[in-house]
Amino acid sequence: MHATEALKEADRLMTVCNSCRYCEGLCAVFPAMEMRRAFSDGDLNYLANLCHSCGACYTDCQFSPPHEFNVNVPQTLAKVRNDSYKVYVWPRALAPLFERNGLAISLIAALSVGTFFFGLMAINDPAVMFGVQTGPGAFYRIMSHNAMAGVFGAAFFYAIAALIMGFRMFWRDIGETRETLTSGISVWQAMKDTMALRYLDGGGPGCFNEGERPNDRRRLYHHLTFYGFFLCLGATSTATLYHYLLGLEAPYPWYDLPVVLGTLGGIGLVIGPAGLMRAKFKRDPALRDENGRGMEMAFIVMLFLVSLTGLMLLVLRATPAMGTMLALHMGFVFGFFITMPYGKFVHGIYRFGALVRYAKERRALHEPTPSKAKALGIPGAKAGA
Amino acid sequence: MMRHYDVLVIGGGNAALCAAISARRSGASVLVLEAAPKFYRGGNTRHTRNMRCAHDTATEILTGPYTEAEFWDDLLRVTGGQTDEELARFMIHESKEILHWIVQQGVRWQPSLGGTLSLGRTNSFFLGGGRAMLNALYRTAEDLGVDVLYDAEVVDLDIQGGKFQSATVAYGGQRHQVHASSLVAAAGGFEANIAWLKQYWGDIAENFLIRGTPYNRGSVLKMLLDKGVQEIGDPTQCHAVAIDARAPKFDGGIITRLDCVVFGIVVNKNAERFYDEGEDIWPKRYAIWGRLVAAQPDQIAYIIFDGPSLELFMPSLYPPLKADSIGELADKLGLDPQALETTVATFNQAVRPGTFDHTILDDCRTEGLTPAKTHWAKRIGTAPFYAYPVRPGITFTYLGTRVNKEARMLMADGSPSANMFAAGEIMAGNVLGKGYAAGIGMTIGSVFGRIAGREAAKNARD
Repeated sequence: MHATEALKEADRLMTVCNSCRYCEGLCAVFPAMEMRRAFSDGDLNYLANLCHSCGACYTDCQFSPPHEFNVNVPQTLAKVRNDSYKVYVWPRALAPLFERNGLAISLIAALSVGTFFFGLMAINDPAVMFGVQTGPGAFYRIMSHNAMAGVFGAAFFYAIAALIMGFRMFWRDIGETRETLTSGISVWQAMKDTMALRYLDGGGPGCFNEGERPNDRRRLYHHLTFYGFFLCLGATSTATLYHYLLGLEAPYPWYDLPVVLGTLGGIGLVIGPAGLMRAKFKRDPALRDENGRGMEMAFIVMLFLVSLTGLMLLVLRATPAMGTMLALHMGFVFGFFITMPYGKFVHGIYRFGALVRYAKERRALHEPTPSKAKALGIPGAKAGA
Repeated sequence: MMRHYDVLVIGGGNAALCAAISARRSGASVLVLEAAPKFYRGGNTRHTRNMRCAHDTATEILTGPYTEAEFWDDLLRVTGGQTDEELARFMIHESKEILHWIVQQGVRWQPSLGGTLSLGRTNSFFLGGGRAMLNALYRTAEDLGVDVLYDAEVVDLDIQGGKFQSATVAYGGQRHQVHASSLVAAAGGFEANIAWLKQYWGDIAENFLIRGTPYNRGSVLKMLLDKGVQEIGDPTQCHAVAIDARAPKFDGGIITRLDCVVFGIVVNKNAERFYDEGEDIWPKRYAIWGRLVAAQPDQIAYIIFDGPSLELFMPSLYPPLKADSIGELADKLGLDPQALETTVATFNQAVRPGTFDHTILDDCRTEGLTPAKTHWAKRIGTAPFYAYPVRPGITFTYLGTRVNKEARMLMADGSPSANMFAAGEIMAGNVLGKGYAAGIGMTIGSVFGRIAGREAAKNARD
């Protein structure tokens, strides 16, 4: 019937929840559930990737453990979600990377950092590597611009290609079509929901990360991380345009656009992951998928180190430590790029897809919501106790 | 714990917490004693989902006005006049303010979904359901400095001449005396006390399922009545609906309900029909079938319907039993196949053509059949065939303590108690002599809880 125990449990829970529906005002998962009466693996993977793990439905549920119905939606959907990443991975042969993800990512990161450091030491004169470099082109005396662009371009485009392939698998698995992605309204709605993290607020009071008392800290730190990441991406993109279009060579002065974007993004990408890490440690164990811990930690630490080394490179770029910092930063960035499709990064891709589908379903639902149906006396509506 | 409190609240549900919060806001020191462990705190409030309050205009969550007069008409209809009119009208008037007061205590109403008004006109729904509502009240109470103890069962009350002196509490393996200036009893009814139910129903009560908390054993109610408080409500009555027979003995909550009687026929263990399945529109029919099934042998019945009806009602917690023929279905249910086939065939022959619409009293009925099915009668003829086994599911009991508009208990001789107040299910019988309408239990709890807390605090000062 179902591929895994987690999917089987998710099916059981969705059957329980569908006969209750008290949580329909909390997030997108429950209204999406209400549109179905039976749940295939694809349906469950869709619901799991729609879930933001805010924990409200667990705290609010009259049937959560120790009740014999043992309803724990956040934990079960976290398991299903984490398992789904393995199912969609491209190439399939790399699925085992998700097994012990924390270890795998750490090793790959360490390896790329080591490679960059010793590689650059090997090709450079120590006087260059550990000397003071200033003025336009200072970084490229350590590694030529073309080599840099070639190596990182390749890593980045490989990651993008693998992510697209993974997304195609996800899209096919949940039974979605290409048309849905071309619907501007659905995509725009999903973008708004993503940019605001609309469904991480437990329906209003906040995220129940630590148990009974909700707060909005997880959303704040995720915003810092998310927007920090895109600012950094913006910094790299503007620098690339400066280089090729304007013929301006890095390093740029601190007040120039690439540096301003990179600095702001870097700060967000240091504070954000640190806050998310703290939230992880404080998280109610009942809500967690223990097997996902390594993957989550690896991703957060990776983001943190990418931005920390970037900021240090900025601070130390006019000192003899520049070569070392550049090697470190490039190593982490390279490691981050090539592991993007094989770690927690993919959660954003699949969740965005799930939100697009949800936006489409909500619009297509011409019939009123269950509660409205009840108000209007329409058949099949739910009843209160 | 053993210091003297201004107000002692016994119970931990909606009424108890509203009382505790309002007493604390009135400046009193408050102790709440909840007999259940923390997870099960709050009695049947955990299983509720909405509250019925009067309001003069539509709001963000209510689609239109629901006047005091209309609320009173509804209450009069469901109780058949078995209500204390003065108290009921007073409660309805107060409910207007409760709609806003409860929000000030941290409770959230469910906003309309998808930006459209969708939550009905009469009832406001709690975001996340009753347990979410309860959690909000506890957070507020704790923030205000109300003391709460769980697993703290009151085993005795010292009452002298209508005045509460102290309570004996079993807590942490020991017995403690708690002294307080005022008492608020908000400890629910006795529906989870099977032995007590058997006094009125006999052994058949063994076959009842209790929809809500296993902790409503009525011990506080019993102590109060034994110590001279005036009783109200029919002790032999309880609110019962037909729920899935596979539900747990206690605490199955809302999800074990089934409302598919209208789509088929209901037979007892002898495969005989015993009542008109098409008598009335929901929710009235919902409320009578518990009692009907209780009167059948072994307190069990089976709702039988066919394939086309399967998706016309809310998805159920337990899947229906399924078979390709009526005979096979009977086998699965442990019924006599021939008897069930005869019952279904007889029913099918009596069905007259009509236009099926289960939202109104339609013209699909049987002719020459006893008992008749007077509406929504459709032939049961398209395989697969389905069945749900059902048993009586007890929601709450009606017996309670008599109170006045201050939520102050009245003694058997009619005199008001010096310092004892009651709120919630333990006094619901004042307003609700019989019957039920969705959300009224929560209205009773919040309105009288708030008043009881305020008056108890005032009483403690004087």
